[in-house]
Amino acid sequence: MSAVEPLAPAADVGGPGQPLLQVRGLSKQFPVRGGLRTRAGVVRAVDGVSFTVNKREVMGVVGESGCGKSTMARLVIGLIAPDKGDIVFDGEAVGDVLSLRDLRRRVQMVFQDSYASLNPRLTIEDTISFGPRVHDLAPNQARARAHDLLRKVGLDPALFAARYPHELSGGQRQRINIARALALSPRLVLLDEAVSALDKSVEAQVLNLLLELKEDLGLTYMFISHDLNVVRFMSDRVMVMYLGEIVEEAAAEVLWADARHPYTRALLAAMPSLDPDRRTETAPVAGDPPNPIDPPAGCRFHTRCPFAEAVCSTTKPVLMPTGNDRHAAACHIGDPASGHSRAGRRFTE
Amino acid sequence: MIEIAIDLVRISHAEKSRGYWMTVARRLTRDPVIVACASIILLIASAAILAPWLGLANPYQGSMIRRLRPIGTAGYPLGTDELGRDMLTRLIHAGRLSLFIGLFPVALAFVIGTTLGVIAGYVGGLLNQAIMRTIDIFYAFPSVLLAVAISGVLGAGILNSLLSLTIVFIPPIVRVAESVTTSVRNLDFVDAARASGAGAMTIMRVHVLGNVLGPIFVYATSLISVCMILGAGLSFLGLGTKPPEPEWGLMLNTLRTAIYVNPWVAALPGVMIFIVSICFNLLSDGMRSAMDVRG
Repeated sequence: MSAVEPLAPAADVGGPGQPLLQVRGLSKQFPVRGGLRTRAGVVRAVDGVSFTVNKREVMGVVGESGCGKSTMARLVIGLIAPDKGDIVFDGEAVGDVLSLRDLRRRVQMVFQDSYASLNPRLTIEDTISFGPRVHDLAPNQARARAHDLLRKVGLDPALFAARYPHELSGGQRQRINIARALALSPRLVLLDEAVSALDKSVEAQVLNLLLELKEDLGLTYMFISHDLNVVRFMSDRVMVMYLGEIVEEAAAEVLWADARHPYTRALLAAMPSLDPDRRTETAPVAGDPPNPIDPPAGCRFHTRCPFAEAVCSTTKPVLMPTGNDRHAAACHIGDPASGHSRAGRRFTE
Repeated sequence: MIEIAIDLVRISHAEKSRGYWMTVARRLTRDPVIVACASIILLIASAAILAPWLGLANPYQGSMIRRLRPIGTAGYPLGTDELGRDMLTRLIHAGRLSLFIGLFPVALAFVIGTTLGVIAGYVGGLLNQAIMRTIDIFYAFPSVLLAVAISGVLGAGILNSLLSLTIVFIPPIVRVAESVTTSVRNLDFVDAARASGAGAMTIMRVHVLGNVLGPIFVYATSLISVCMILGAGLSFLGLGTKPPEPEWGLMLNTLRTAIYVNPWVAALPGVMIFIVSICFNLLSDGMRSAMDVRG
């Protein structure tokens, strides 16, 4: 790796104590066109999301499809521009101190669809060395780097460098995607459903590879998935999203042991159990999420929440610390002053 | 022993891993229809190009006493036209102009149309609307009518008919290019390239063009036959080539008066147009299926 001077990993700015990524009030709306009328409404894909990711931490993001997980990832990497909100990367505000081009060297992304995320006309080697070439690495150095990365993700360069994506299996392709993401020596890697399309045995291999790479290269991950088992295995901290908002955030073991938001509890209860004595008998949450074009007033979950009361449909709960270390939930039940009849009480099974 | 086996595996892998265009070329050369059509076009084209050196009769030299001889007459294997000129010579000489009229406007429209379509598809937004809505205006007119109208305005002549045909073929190529580009630009690998900090030009060159040129090229090939027929039509109407220049469309026009006297000779230029356009159509069809490989 000594020969790759122009792409040395970006230096640590604020030391280990400073968060790697701070997001404040991030929002993105998409206009919905309805027929001839120009605007039928807006989808609030991400609505006022704030969170912090520490260095060398794996932040898991869970939620149903359409809750804004992927949009959030694309906002963080700058593929789409936010309507509101700030992103601070290692103490440097994006768009202010840190240019978008520099941000993209520090943050990379692995996409869900391993096939669509590789250019079918390029060899594996060309795909991986594309990023370094863009950042002015000499062709032979970029090539050497691609081979090096192939070895890192467990693929023999002699066998794979000159091949095309369609000749590889899904697991191999996702390894290529990981190698491509690592080619710019990023510090934060966004894994957007990166293993969801793989079968279980391959998924386990790729997850272990990701954990190894994290240790070797000192990476930080944002791990987006709808698979709760996988998120628990990978993550140090987890945030739960519902209709573009964060409803709960906690360390993984705390969340699984002591979830405070009814939605999180429902998600966890919906996890299929392999134990026949602990069979899930009733659906924990009924129905589909409400239409994000016109989200419910107050708490967005109140339409499906078993504990919903009058206050829930009028007042929007804020993300409040529960008292546990860095555990926060946005639910009136957790706030003694909210006026909810169960306020301040713990959930009882 | 094991190492040798591994080496062998590597060699076979290296051989197997051909590029996309190599695979397409291989599939093309193995398709008998493609090979036959390409040979026919090549034969006609090379005969046309080499016409002056083939030792043929003078294509302009007529004879009032040998008019409209039937096919198979001694000295005139394909008979003579209404002015007694050798049909074989004229058909071969006519290939030069007719093929040029078929190929040149499509090639020019391919370059212009692809550029416009890829830019419209990749940039999107207002620029896309501006380009595509302008193109739609041209779509409002049937292509034959448009070609005739433009040629009529510009005046008769080969150059003007080439120009009008080019204008006619730009809109459909822009549409195809735009739709293919739009579908490619929404794929994740384009996002991944953007995420690696590449500029729009680099992404278009490396990631978009390689994936869109194939389909656009196939579509353009299918337009060659239309262009030839349209060009022949313009000549037929007197808007393209002028007599005595040999050109298939024009020959068809001048020979139509002889259709009751000697129908077989009168039909010959039509047969040539038919053969060449069928061959180009089959060629584009074959290319479409040859390019339809995963990867």
